[in-house]
Order: sequence, then structure tokens, then C-alpha cells
Amino acid sequence: MTDSHEIEPAHGGHHGELVPDEPIANPGMPEHLPRPTDVDPKKEKRAELQVAAFFGLSAICTVLFAVAYFTLDIGSNWHTFGGVGASTVALGATLGLSMLFIGIAIIHWARKLMGDHEIVEMRHPAYSEEVDRVRALDDLKIGFEETGIARRPLIRNSALGALALLGVPAVVLLRDLGTLPGDALEHTIWGQGGRKIKIIEDGKEVEVEVPLMRIARDAIGTPILASDLEIGDLVNAQPEVLFNPGRYYVEPADVHGHELQTHKSKASLILLRMEPRDLKPGKGREDWDVNGIVAYSKICTHVGCPISLNERTTHHLLCPCHQSTFDLADSGRVVFGPAGRPLPQLPIAVDEQGYLVAQSDFTEPVGPSYWERDYERDRFAEDD
Amino acid sequence: MRLLNRSAGRLSRHRRGPIAGLVVLLLGLLLTGGLYAAFAPAQADSAASQEELVKEGRELFLVGCAFCHGQNGEGVLTQSGDQYGPALTDVGAASVDFQVGTGRMPMSTPGNQAQRKEVVYSDAEIAALSAYVASLGTGPAIPDAEMYDPATLSDEEYDEYVTRGGQIFLANCTACHNFEGSGGAMPRGGFAPKIRGVDPKHIYEAMLTGPQSMDTFSDGNIPPDDKKAIIAYLDTLNEQPSYGGLTLGGLGPVSEGLIAWLVGMGGLVAFAVWIAAQTTRTSKKKDGADA
Amino acid sequence: MKTSDVASTNGSEPATPKRGAKTAGAVATWADDRLGLAKATKGLSLRKVFPDHWSFMLGEIALWSFVVLLLTGVFLTLFFDPSMAEVTYNGSYDPLRGVEMSRAMASTLEISFDVRGGLLMRQMHHWAAMIFIAAMMIHLLRVYLTGAFRKPREINWIIGCLLLLLGTIEGFTGYSLPDDLLSGTGVRAADGFMKASPVIGTYMSFFLFGGEFPGDQIIPRFYAIHILLIPGILLALITAHLILVVYHKHTQWPGPGKTEENVVGPPLMPIYMAKAGGFFFIVFGMTALLGGLFSLNPVWKYGPYDPSKVTAGSQPDWYMGWPDGLLRIIPPWETHIFGVTLSWNIMLPILIAPPLLLMVLIALPFLESWITGDKREHHLLQRPRNAPTRTAVMAALITFYGLSWAAGGNDIIAIKLHLSINQITYFLRGAVIIGPILAFIITRRWCISLQRHDEAKLLHGYETGVIVRSPDGGYAEKHLPISEEAAYVLTARDREEVYSPNGTSDDSGVAAPGGRRAAIAGKVRGKLSALMFADNVQKPTAEELHESQHHAEHELHELEHQISAGPNKHGPSSDH
Repeated sequence: MTDSHEIEPAHGGHHGELVPDEPIANPGMPEHLPRPTDVDPKKEKRAELQVAAFFGLSAICTVLFAVAYFTLDIGSNWHTFGGVGASTVALGATLGLSMLFIGIAIIHWARKLMGDHEIVEMRHPAYSEEVDRVRALDDLKIGFEETGIARRPLIRNSALGALALLGVPAVVLLRDLGTLPGDALEHTIWGQGGRKIKIIEDGKEVEVEVPLMRIARDAIGTPILASDLEIGDLVNAQPEVLFNPGRYYVEPADVHGHELQTHKSKASLILLRMEPRDLKPGKGREDWDVNGIVAYSKICTHVGCPISLNERTTHHLLCPCHQSTFDLADSGRVVFGPAGRPLPQLPIAVDEQGYLVAQSDFTEPVGPSYWERDYERDRFAEDD
Repeated sequence: MRLLNRSAGRLSRHRRGPIAGLVVLLLGLLLTGGLYAAFAPAQADSAASQEELVKEGRELFLVGCAFCHGQNGEGVLTQSGDQYGPALTDVGAASVDFQVGTGRMPMSTPGNQAQRKEVVYSDAEIAALSAYVASLGTGPAIPDAEMYDPATLSDEEYDEYVTRGGQIFLANCTACHNFEGSGGAMPRGGFAPKIRGVDPKHIYEAMLTGPQSMDTFSDGNIPPDDKKAIIAYLDTLNEQPSYGGLTLGGLGPVSEGLIAWLVGMGGLVAFAVWIAAQTTRTSKKKDGADA
Repeated sequence: MKTSDVASTNGSEPATPKRGAKTAGAVATWADDRLGLAKATKGLSLRKVFPDHWSFMLGEIALWSFVVLLLTGVFLTLFFDPSMAEVTYNGSYDPLRGVEMSRAMASTLEISFDVRGGLLMRQMHHWAAMIFIAAMMIHLLRVYLTGAFRKPREINWIIGCLLLLLGTIEGFTGYSLPDDLLSGTGVRAADGFMKASPVIGTYMSFFLFGGEFPGDQIIPRFYAIHILLIPGILLALITAHLILVVYHKHTQWPGPGKTEENVVGPPLMPIYMAKAGGFFFIVFGMTALLGGLFSLNPVWKYGPYDPSKVTAGSQPDWYMGWPDGLLRIIPPWETHIFGVTLSWNIMLPILIAPPLLLMVLIALPFLESWITGDKREHHLLQRPRNAPTRTAVMAALITFYGLSWAAGGNDIIAIKLHLSINQITYFLRGAVIIGPILAFIITRRWCISLQRHDEAKLLHGYETGVIVRSPDGGYAEKHLPISEEAAYVLTARDREEVYSPNGTSDDSGVAAPGGRRAAIAGKVRGKLSALMFADNVQKPTAEELHESQHHAEHELHELEHQISAGPNKHGPSSDH
């Protein structure tokens, strides 16, 4: 943006002289009128007392703050005032008031007692004096000429190239911030069930089949019998391995701490039992339910909030974050809101003891979409 | 320091008022006693009173409920085939005790989600209605106080129940009912009601029966003991002081943002107006001075 | 350049310093003997003028709440442990005792329950953050609506916009630190946003989280960003912002004695030192009162973050509310093509809309100066009504912001007003498009009406409310001329001219220098200039004013004559 620097005042209005364009001349500063405190010693004294009183009140509040700090208990045995935590309220109120009173005192002092003459300061344009500007520009020009950068494109370009390349270390250094995604987003721990693995038993290597992954109650941790559930039941569930890793030949450390969080962030499940006649299984999903019990990922396909606000009467599941709504009777189809894909459904069955198990892992990535997510690779494409 | 209540912060069941506890206990005893009699068909001598109760319940039902739910609780359809009042043949006594006991039934207008309101029937009448509906088919019975009331727990048990219940509550209930039990929105104008301050029995019954659009949490879904743990946690939420000051309805960041703008910014802008306001002027001159 | 001398101080200098001032003088001399401070005050006078107006204090709210943030923040760092190592909570809060959580969450609970005043400091820090950003926003509105962003203050405008952006990021990283359920849900959503970014999305997510979400890195990394990186930049930018305010000197409202070449008001030392210093205590005090009286972010009720748990009413803090609202009302748009997925339902509301709005904000001063062709310095403020199109642009932007913001609370609106969340969403989908357009049109017309009202006041005087009945039965309201000062304030503004792209081609059809592109740009500029200025009411010329005042005077005489002759025995108007 080029600046013209002939400054003309945005409008005239110099005192007394009437610029032809201006309908009214600037009348100039109004006469200074004194405040009551300037002319009346009684009022002045009163204002002085008021200011001092505010400072005094502040001091009282500060003392009360210290008193509250040392007398009011917190921890597992809070003092309370009318149902609220006494310590926080008392400390906040005393600190707040002591600060407010100081502020009020100072401002009252400034408004009533400090000199109150308005003064006038002249402005200067933001730019430098012409001589300085010319000198600086000249210096700049001479300096540039002395580098010879304009005449030596080879140096200029190689210098620019070398400097630009310095971005590489900056980026490369960030590489170890995390692991590469790989196919981590395409699998969940549900896939741990039903595998064949080799273990060492009595010094011999034997192949064992990991049992199919049972579905367990979230937070409670017990596996669920198909017969436990009544029509209308909604269960917030997790793979049993998170509570009982040994049964699935998984090290406890792998389902602990942030590993546990990572598994939960993909494996969380919603289990719903509805009237089998209400259920409209999708193509290829005819055997994914057990007697009207269906299982869906609990992770919203929009941005990944856990989602379990179900309306029993309509089987519509609502996300509390952005209100995407899915029809659990109809393959998790999106019926409302911003989510772009249905909720992934987990094929389930019952094992010999009658416990609900996952037939396999999810057949598509759960959770929010991402760039590499390839619809062609979903093992069961949508029927439309 | 008389304002201070030293024990008020203690998260303990002892903090409930003594009279309230007594009333709950008495009510519980009365109800359970009466209902135990009502639901013990093996005892021949109680069969008569049970029949009596059902008969009384049927009379009440015909007057207050049959218009929507049908003469025999079979439900009523509208002409277009929609459900006007649902069938009550297999809802059980717990459902009736919840719906009528929280004033949701009888409904003021059909169609909308039933709201909590003033209870219309007396406890005895509710017991009779429950008994009648229970006699129509299957369904969960009204729970014993032992099953739901956290007051029946010892201090150590209570603490354990609260911790466990909190985690189950957060896994199963907060999605709809919010972290403080303040309730939340559901699709198409529906809502999950506030559950703070609700009678433990009604919470238990709600989990068991799934009122309105709520899912059921049958005993096979959340075992009875864990339901009790949830109720113990809710009890703690009710009883614990608000450590940080007024809670603004427990609705989360929306109400907090409102306070920041209205109280915080509003107050500060008011101060700014005062700071920059013109001070009063006078035309009087100082004695002797000539300005 | 001739400096104007419209006004000098309007009173006598204060009396001879008294004893207290002498002591102060002695201390100052001692310091100057060693540091040469007086030299430094040559460029930066202690008697620097700061004009009085309440709206000039809005930026100060932001400044002082930032200071509160620094103070309370330092306190919190003494106790907070930004680690995601899993521990079993064993502190004072009974309902969580025995629950597994990160050190970050456990130390947050420790601050809240085992450090006296810790909960107060946490809440003050959080309230101050909300006020910091709120104050920046209304300060920005004030600067825009009064035209204070014009030359030479464009750079400060840009710095201000960057401060708003950084403040928002600072807020987000800050409220995520406790690792509680609510903030964790927000971080999970942020992970979704990153994953939706084209090409590098999943890599960004895995690198930020140190592996797969949630990992054990995000809290320490947010902590470094929150307490070091962004506060450092904020501090530097705030300093630059203030230096520029001092250098440019404050803008002022037009008024008697005030011109483009001076600045009139009380001096910094002592008046504004006291007023600004006092205001710091007031901001601090207000934050402490909020922190003590209102519960904020009760993390103990949310519990530790668990990716399988969620609560109804999961909202971000208010300043993140509007993109969250857009996320709620965006239709389910997702494209999958050539084996990749484009999530418009995330990219549009989060990755495109907020940066775009920021760009628009930054561009506004330059856009306006291009349209108006105005390259002069401006130090006198404009009333919003005197720039109807500018005001209308901001009204449109704010309407968009406000509606998106409301969408961010659609579930709370639904339960509090007993509405259907679906209907609210459908309504807002349309309203965010139509609302701003309506707001633009209405605001612009409204401003122009207010200008007409001002013009009428200037030309015909103000309405006294005195109704006069003439002998022949007609009624008229008596108008009286406004004071000279008031009239001057109304006329102290620029006369605007619509730019017309003349000379793009001359009569013989030879293209003007610059070619077609310049011609099109000129045409666009002409159109926009007409939109900005053509309908505005310009102030009258001296001649017009004189004539109409003469006319009004005549009418007044007429009226007074009627009063004395007619049934109204009010007496002459000189009483008024």
C-alpha cells in the first residue's frame, strides 16, 4: 500500500477562521469550571475522608482475608456458608472487595481531588521528518548497492536457497513427536478375540485360539449374558479384555493407563436390545444381531464424541456434542445432524456360555473421518 | 463463627435432616410393609387384602386412567392408528409407582413428554393403582428401601458405593442427564429431566422401567447393587456443598459464559463509565481566588 | 506543516508543589543522578494526554485481566503437575478417591481441595481468561465502529486481531490442562478436527498426541504452549500494541477545541496513572469476586477424562462457542473420492470459517481505505451512524457470530425454552445466511435515519415537546436551536465523495494506463464507494446552515407571536 504523505487535516476547523466548507467554526476549548471540591473546603474535606475510608475498608478486607485463610478449613471437611464452600467464597469476597476498594479509592481521589485541568498536546504525523526519511532511505540504498546483491544473482539465489533449506531441520526435528499413523485407526482391540496365537506352555510352543471377545459392562466390568438384557435395555459396554486381559492372552500393561484410554477411544460400544421386528438389518448384516440385540460403536463419526443419548421409543441415538442423530434400528444411518457416515456396527453372537461376543473387529474404521479413510476398503460397503 | 457448620462439608448420609430421614423411613416401612403384603400371594391370609387392594386400584384406574389406557389397561389407539395411551399390561408396579408418584401421570395433555408435577394421588391410592396394574401382567415390582436407599449403608460402604457409583453414573447416565444431573436435550423437543433431588426410589424405578423415551437399565443391564451405588453418588451430588460458589444451575460452560459477560463484563464496563464520566462542575468560584 | 493552535490548556497550572511533592522530587533526583531517567521522559512525557471516554477503557480491561492471568497463572504453576502418568487419586475429595486418573487431574483436584485459596485462584484464572477475550472483542468492536483503525493505526489493528486469535488458542490449551472429562471431550473433538485436515491430518494428530489419541503427551505439550510459547508472544504483542498507542497518541471524539492535530484530556501523571491504576485494582477485584462467588468448571464433578464417557451440555468456553455452533448446524457433507475422504462437515466450520473470518477482520481497514481512497491520518473518531456501511458490515459480521454462537448452545436453548433441538438447528442453518444480510440492510438504513435526525436537529433545532395551537386551530411543535458546541460536534466530520472511475478510458476509446484489470478494479471500487457513501447524509454547507437557521428563527418568532396572541399563555420562549 502506497502512502501519500502530504498530510492535510481531515477537516479544518482552525480556531476563528472559517474554512468555506465548514458550516460551524470550532468554538475552542470551553471555559474550565471548578468542581465543588475545588471551591468548597467542606466538600473537599468530605471527599478526602471518603477516599481514606475506602482505603480503610480495603485494609479491613485484607485482614479478613488473612483471618479467613487461617480459620476456614478445606480438604475432606470443608467449612460451608449456606451450602457453598466457605473458604473459596470468603477468600474471594475479601480479596475482591479489598482490591475493589483500593480501585474505588484511587479513582475517587483522581476524580474529586487531583488536578483536573484538561491539557492539550499537539500531535505529530506518524512518519519521520523528511530529512530523516531521505537519509535512512539513502543509507539503505547505499548499503544494498555495496552488497552488490542486485548484480550478483548467483549469490542472491544460492543464499536464498540455503536459507530456505533451513526449514528442513525445523520440520525434521519434529518427526519424533509421535509415531506414524500406519493402520492404527483401522483396528480396535475387538480384533484381539478369535485370533490364533502361539504361546510357550511347559517349554513347548503351542498354538491356542484366543476366545471370541466378550462384551462387558463399562465401569462395572462384568461380561453380559444375552439373557441378561430386556427389551429396551441400553448398555454402555467395553471389550472384556480391558477388565480381564489374561483371558485374551494380553499383558495387563497393554490395557492400562494411556494404552487403556487409546483402546477405549476406539472400542467403546453401545448395546441395545429392541423388538426383533423393529430391526431392519442392512445388507450382509442379517446375522449381526442376537435376538434383537445390536451393537454399535459409541464413537461419533463426526468428531469423535462418545455418544449414548438413546431414545428407546425411536432407537434414535443423539450425540451430545453436535447433535448428530443415528438410527440404531437401521444400520446406524444418520437421520439428523452433521455426521457424514453411519455409526459402525459390530457383528455380535453368543458363545457357549451364552455371553455376548463380537464376531470380529469392526468392519470399518470407527470415529471421525480422516483423509486416508478409504470407503472402498470398508469390508461392508453401505447398501446404497 | 456460629454461621459455620463444621460438619456440613462432610460427604455423609448423616447430613440429611433428622425429620426427613424419619419420614422417608416411615414411608418406606409403610409402603414396603403394605406392598410386601400385597405381593406375597403364597400367604393365604394376605390374599384377601391383596384382592381388596387390586379392586380398589381398579376403581381408581377406571376413573383416572382408563380414558387413555383402556378399560383393562390394554392401551388406546387413535383413529389413525397411533398410540394414544400405551398398554399397561406388562409395565409392572414400579412403573406405576414412578409415573404416578412423580406426578407425571395422569398427564395433563396427551402427546407431549410427561413432566414432573404435583402428585395427584395419595400414597395409599398409588399403592392400590400399582397393585392393580401389576395384576394385569408381568413387570418389575416396587423395590424395597434396602435396594435403593443409600441411608441403609454404613459409612465405609457409603464411601465405596459413591466412588463406584460415580464412575457408573458417568458411563451410563451423564450423556443425557448431565454431570450434575441437571438434565439435557433430546431429539425433537424431548428432554432428559433433572434428576438431582429426586427420591431415590423413583430413580431406581426409572432405571428399572425406562419412563417415556428413556432406555431401561434392567437388573441384567446394571445389577441392583450398582444401581444403588449410582443413587449413592447422586445423593452425594445433592448433599455436597458447592465448593466453588454458586453453581448457576449446573449447566456447564454456557451459563458460565453468560456470567462472564453479564456480571464480569457488565460490571467492568459500568466501572469504566464511572471512571471516564464528567465530574460535577460548579459555577461557584473559590473564595478570594479569581480564576 | 503548520500546527494548529485551537486550544491550549483551559485553566491555570496547579499551585506550587507541597512537601510531599518535594520528597518525590528528591527521590526522582536520586534516581536520575544514577539512571538518567529524565532524559527518557523527553520523548515520553509524564504529562502525556489521555482523553476521557468510557469506551477508551475497554482495552484496559483486557490488559488488566491479562495481568491477573499472569499473577494467578504463576500461582497455579506452583502446584500443577502437567503429567499424564496414571495415578490412583487419594486426596481429599471422597467421591473420586480410588479412581485412576492422570497426575494433571490429580494435581488439579489437589489445587481445588488441598491448597487453601487454590480453588479461588483456579476460578479467578478461568474467569479472567473469559473476560480477557470478551474485553478484547468489545475493544475491537469499539475501535472498528468509531473508525479508530484508520491510518496510521492499521498495524495496531492487525496486532489486535492476532491477540484475539492467540488469546483464544491460549484459552483452549489452558482449559484442556486439567484433563477432566469435559476438556478431554474438547481435545477429542480437536483431534477430530486435525484428522479432517487434508493430506497431513492423521500425521498432525499422531505427532501432536505423541502417537494415537489420547496418548500420554498432549497435556505436557499443551502446558509448554500455554505457559511459555503463547504468553511470550502475547506479552510481546501487547507491548508493541501499547507502544504504538503511545506513539500515535490516543484518538479522541470531536468536540470544541479538539482537532486532528491535537489531543485534549487529563494528563497521564497523575490523573490517568490513577484512573488506569485504579482500574487495575477494579478488574482484579471483580475477577476475585467472580472467582469466589461463582463456581466455574467443577472438574471434580466431571471426573477424569475417559474416552468412553460424556456429559450432556458438552460445550467449550464461550469464545470457542461459535465454531462449535457452526459444527452443530453444518449439514452432513462429506465427499469420498479417489480413495480419500474430505470432511466438509468439519473443514468448513473449523478449518475454513474461523481463519477466513480472521482474514476478513484483518483486511477491513485496507479494504476501506482502498474504496475511499483516503490516505490521510485520522485521529478524530466517527460516530457509528456517520459511517453507515461500515457499521452495517460489522453488524452483519456480529450477527453471523452471534447466531453461530447461539447454535453452540442449541441444546441448552432447547431445554430452557422448551424447543426442539432439530427445529433450532434447521432455523439457524437458514438464519446464519439470511440474518447477516438483514442486519446489514437494517443497520445501514437505521444509521442513515439517525444522520437525517442529526441534520434536522442542526437545521431546525431540537424538539422542545411544547405543542402550540395557533388561533386558527393548527398545532405545531416548538423547535429551539441547539447550542453552538452541540452543533459544532454534529458538523465535525468529513464530507464524503463517491469515487467515480473516470479516465479508465478516454473518449477515443484508448485504454487508460493499467489496462483492463485496473479498469475493472476501478469499476468495482466505484460501485463499493457508491455503496459506502452515496446514500449518506452530508453535513450542510455554511450557507445552507445559515439559511435554514434564519428560516427556523423566523418560524420561532411566528410561533411566539401566536403564543402571546393565542390561547397558550405560556409566556415567551426565553424561559426555555
